[in-house]
Amino acid sequence: MHLTNQEKSILSGSQGEAARIALQILVDLGEIFGADEMIPVTQVHIDTTIYMVDAGVEFAERMAELGGKFVVPTQLHPSAIDLVRWKELRVDPELLEKSRRIERAYLQMGAMATWTCAPYQQGLIPRFGEQIAWGESNAIAFANSVIGARTNRYADLMDICAGIIGKGPRFGLHLSENRKAEILITLEGFTEEMFTDRAIYPLLGFVFGEIAADRIAALEGIPSGVPIDSLKAFSAAAASSGAVGLFHIIGVTPEAQTLEMCSQGEPLERFEITPAMLRNAEERLSDNKIGRPDLVVLGCPHFSEEEFVLLAQLLRGRQIHESITCWVFTSRKVYSLIETNDILKELQLVGVDVFTDGCPLQYPTKNWSFHSAMSDSGKFVNYCYSQTGLKVVYGSLDECVETAVAGKLYKERALWRTN
Amino acid sequence: MANELAAHCVVSGVAEGEVIASSQSISFWGGVDPATGLINDPRHELFGQSIAGKVLVFPFGKGSSTGSLMILELVRVNKAPAAMINIKTEPILATGPIVCKHFYGKEIPIVTMEKSLFDTLKSGQYAKVNASLGRVIVRD
Repeated sequence: MHLTNQEKSILSGSQGEAARIALQILVDLGEIFGADEMIPVTQVHIDTTIYMVDAGVEFAERMAELGGKFVVPTQLHPSAIDLVRWKELRVDPELLEKSRRIERAYLQMGAMATWTCAPYQQGLIPRFGEQIAWGESNAIAFANSVIGARTNRYADLMDICAGIIGKGPRFGLHLSENRKAEILITLEGFTEEMFTDRAIYPLLGFVFGEIAADRIAALEGIPSGVPIDSLKAFSAAAASSGAVGLFHIIGVTPEAQTLEMCSQGEPLERFEITPAMLRNAEERLSDNKIGRPDLVVLGCPHFSEEEFVLLAQLLRGRQIHESITCWVFTSRKVYSLIETNDILKELQLVGVDVFTDGCPLQYPTKNWSFHSAMSDSGKFVNYCYSQTGLKVVYGSLDECVETAVAGKLYKERALWRTN
Repeated sequence: MANELAAHCVVSGVAEGEVIASSQSISFWGGVDPATGLINDPRHELFGQSIAGKVLVFPFGKGSSTGSLMILELVRVNKAPAAMINIKTEPILATGPIVCKHFYGKEIPIVTMEKSLFDTLKSGQYAKVNASLGRVIVRD
């Protein structure tokens, strides 16, 4: 790898031990994967924020002690908990303490306290073509695909190193030649009306990710007016079922205004997705035998302003059933907006709890007596059982609300479910 | 009888240990218990077996980008594999051992090899992995 004089000097320790370690890690990785040099990035998203194991706390604290400072804007993925409303979330003292230590270390290094898994919407938003270094699968897939920014799938710990150096090794998805579609997935048997049901997008994403695996796939047949939150849900689900760092949706995502544009004229192996495959995915992900979920979870990834407006409309003049807990997870940024315009108060009055900073897959399960959950997120229902031990049922936002109000599972006879 | 296999260095270093081999991919997040080093994915053919101190043979990594952090934790608690042998190593899998080398000063060499050679590796064998020289010596 070709290194600049400044980089060589960092490796010899001129900017301290944290910078030396961080750059050495990035250079080693670059050498292995064929990078010719380091590429400057404009911003970083750190995924290593949820307390899982002590090595993560040690790494963050040690890098901070060694004088590590982020040299480009560096934002944070959610914490394990709501750092403000941790009492309401019944967080144990140990988890609180570990989460606070992680928080202190990153803030000491100069991180932006965004604490969101939707940074492309509620954090530091990159623009088309921007070179960035992001961790977290759903964020990586969205930034690369929907925005057309450029990041590799930065692994935990490597994201921290990129923030300290402000660069990443130049290989993979940072380069145009590695961003073209390798396979084409078409939609067969779908009608236009089916796309107006938001419930299909997480399932489409899930099936898409399974087919794509670690290949860059192009998808044909999604209407151009697809809402941004549906793309968010698609992206999160696809990146949970496959190693999807970049996808193209023809006529929707910027590097795929046409098939020709994203395939660069090469013939692609073809696959198809049918409504029956969505039904099959829903059967695998969702336990429809759950008659009444204890918990309705929204905001995986974090709930947007638009989703809050929709939710408030759906709940106006109604009340969450006393047997059901309804949690919504969002960023501090969106929270402050709905706090200011009274949507928050309206939701709280009808029985909805809104949390910030945290991840619904990390809430302290053992302090709650839930047995089953319902969510409109393909990513959440995919990971729910393995992460929380709760049985889970999938439904659209509307179905989640109807269930939460009625106190029993409500599912619509949607067109894609019956045709 | 000892058998020498040609390998390609991914992460440098020298290590040896008992072989534990699988034809299935492994995710270090959600697939391995970071406190014990036991494979804890019930759908995995190595379910319940320990990878601690072993030469772990599997075709490629899969899953979450948090896998790198889990490898760092396995090293912290002395339950990490001694070395890894793959057919293909992706960046997320390589990140864990690289960070371990520079953060804990602990080497977990990784090598890749041709599928035909990879397929000869079996659990219970003993392997010396010299990633730096691109060589694996195996005996039954």
